[in-house]
Amino acid sequence: MNLWKKLLCYSRRKSPWLFHMNSGSCNGCDIELIAGLTPRYDAEQLGVKHEASPRHADIICISGPVTHTAVNAMKTVYGQVCHPKAVVAIGSCPASTNVFIDSRVLDGPLDRHIPVDVYVPGCPPRPDAILAGIAKAAEILAARAGQEAQPAAAPVAAEEEKA
Amino acid sequence: MSYRIPMGPYHPALEEPYKLELVCDGETVQDAKLNIGFNFRGIEQLAETRNFIQIVALMERVCGICSNTHTLSICQAVEQIAEITPPPRALYIRVIMAELERLHSHVLWAGVAGKLIGFKTMFMTCFAVREQIMNVLQTISGNRVNYAMNRVGGVNRDIDDPAMILAMIGELEKDMVKTVIPVFTTSHSALSRCTGVGVLSEEKARSLGVVGPTARASGLPQDLRRAAPYAAYEEMDFNVPVEHSGDVKARLVVRALEILESCSILRQALSKLPAGEIFTGDESEMEIPEGRGFSRVEAPRGEVIYSVTWGEDTDTPSRVHVRTPTYINMPAVRWMVRGARLADTPLIQASIDPCYSCTDR
Repeated sequence: MNLWKKLLCYSRRKSPWLFHMNSGSCNGCDIELIAGLTPRYDAEQLGVKHEASPRHADIICISGPVTHTAVNAMKTVYGQVCHPKAVVAIGSCPASTNVFIDSRVLDGPLDRHIPVDVYVPGCPPRPDAILAGIAKAAEILAARAGQEAQPAAAPVAAEEEKA
Repeated sequence: MSYRIPMGPYHPALEEPYKLELVCDGETVQDAKLNIGFNFRGIEQLAETRNFIQIVALMERVCGICSNTHTLSICQAVEQIAEITPPPRALYIRVIMAELERLHSHVLWAGVAGKLIGFKTMFMTCFAVREQIMNVLQTISGNRVNYAMNRVGGVNRDIDDPAMILAMIGELEKDMVKTVIPVFTTSHSALSRCTGVGVLSEEKARSLGVVGPTARASGLPQDLRRAAPYAAYEEMDFNVPVEHSGDVKARLVVRALEILESCSILRQALSKLPAGEIFTGDESEMEIPEGRGFSRVEAPRGEVIYSVTWGEDTDTPSRVHVRTPTYINMPAVRWMVRGARLADTPLIQASIDPCYSCTDR
């Protein structure tokens, strides 16, 4: 890895921008994510910024149990985020569809559609847990910045085994 | 020449997925069309497969902001069918939780409104103020958002330390009166974005049947806590703030005054908190007879109605119907945005405090 790439990897880890997507969530995780950006939890200390456009973002935060209506939009948004990118599944819903498990209108869990890098379980998780997940995703992002192609999905557990 | 601007379903100005299609003539909005349903999770159908303990946990997840309202409504409806009366202490704790929820929801709304005005400092200030309420909610229930406080026949957890909540209320009231309310009511830049924007006249509000703070800002003095008291609201003494101008500023002022009224209700409930049990009946032996229960609760956004039908000799309800305040309020947005500037539409649609996860379910 040359010096330029090393610098690139370092910078990626220091300034991950978030795009938040609600795929049928109850708002609980969404407001906890927003609370994580505000003074008490202060996500900006990690260089995190909430970004409105997926094309400018590095990390996609997805909450909700993935409804049929959200699937296509979610795939589009995933495609719009440039390489390198990381996906954080916020809450128990994208991980397991939670209490909505038998619902006929759901197409979850999330990893059936797009690769997920970090799961933050909880209903809803606390803002500090969400920030820990984002910090983890930033490290994955930095590792990915040195690679050319998008690697296959690796959940947190697999990443830890490698380390 | 008019043209159409689609907004959403995944748009930065919208907190939740829904689609707003605006017909514009230059910068002026002529009409708006709303598409919802992106959050549809089929909760009403799922509720028909849950027993009376599981259904409370399911209904809590209808909405993450007013979760307590939904558990309170379903518990009241099931209690009506089973003819259970919760003990007085449980009723007071329900009032306390409902008012804490109203406080955090209104402060959250003020923050979102600040952000949409372009006033990011206010957004950060409101969320910092809100953390005090979240601390109290976490201390009482152990969770910040889904509190799991209500159960059929009472509440799950007791309030051990009323003094801590009273101290928080003092701090919150000071922050509201000294910082948040003066900024929104005296700052020229905030006022120029709110005054005269998104007006809903009293006649229109009446004919559309809007509820909650949206109705009270258009001069309709309706509040279920006063009109049809539930839990222990009958014993509380409070005012229902009403404004007559019907614009975004009026909705802001109504919510700000409601925060102060909520503080006063909390003080009364905490000082009068009766001693005794916090629930009645044994959940393992409880059986819900055949019947129909109906419950109305004043959520932070307006009136929530639950209608629950229980079949004969079953563990599960045969129908649970929910009507949420946003379902009633959102047609009013169409009348509010007509003639407004395009740049004001995100603020106008947010001024009814929409919650599409409740509405879609």
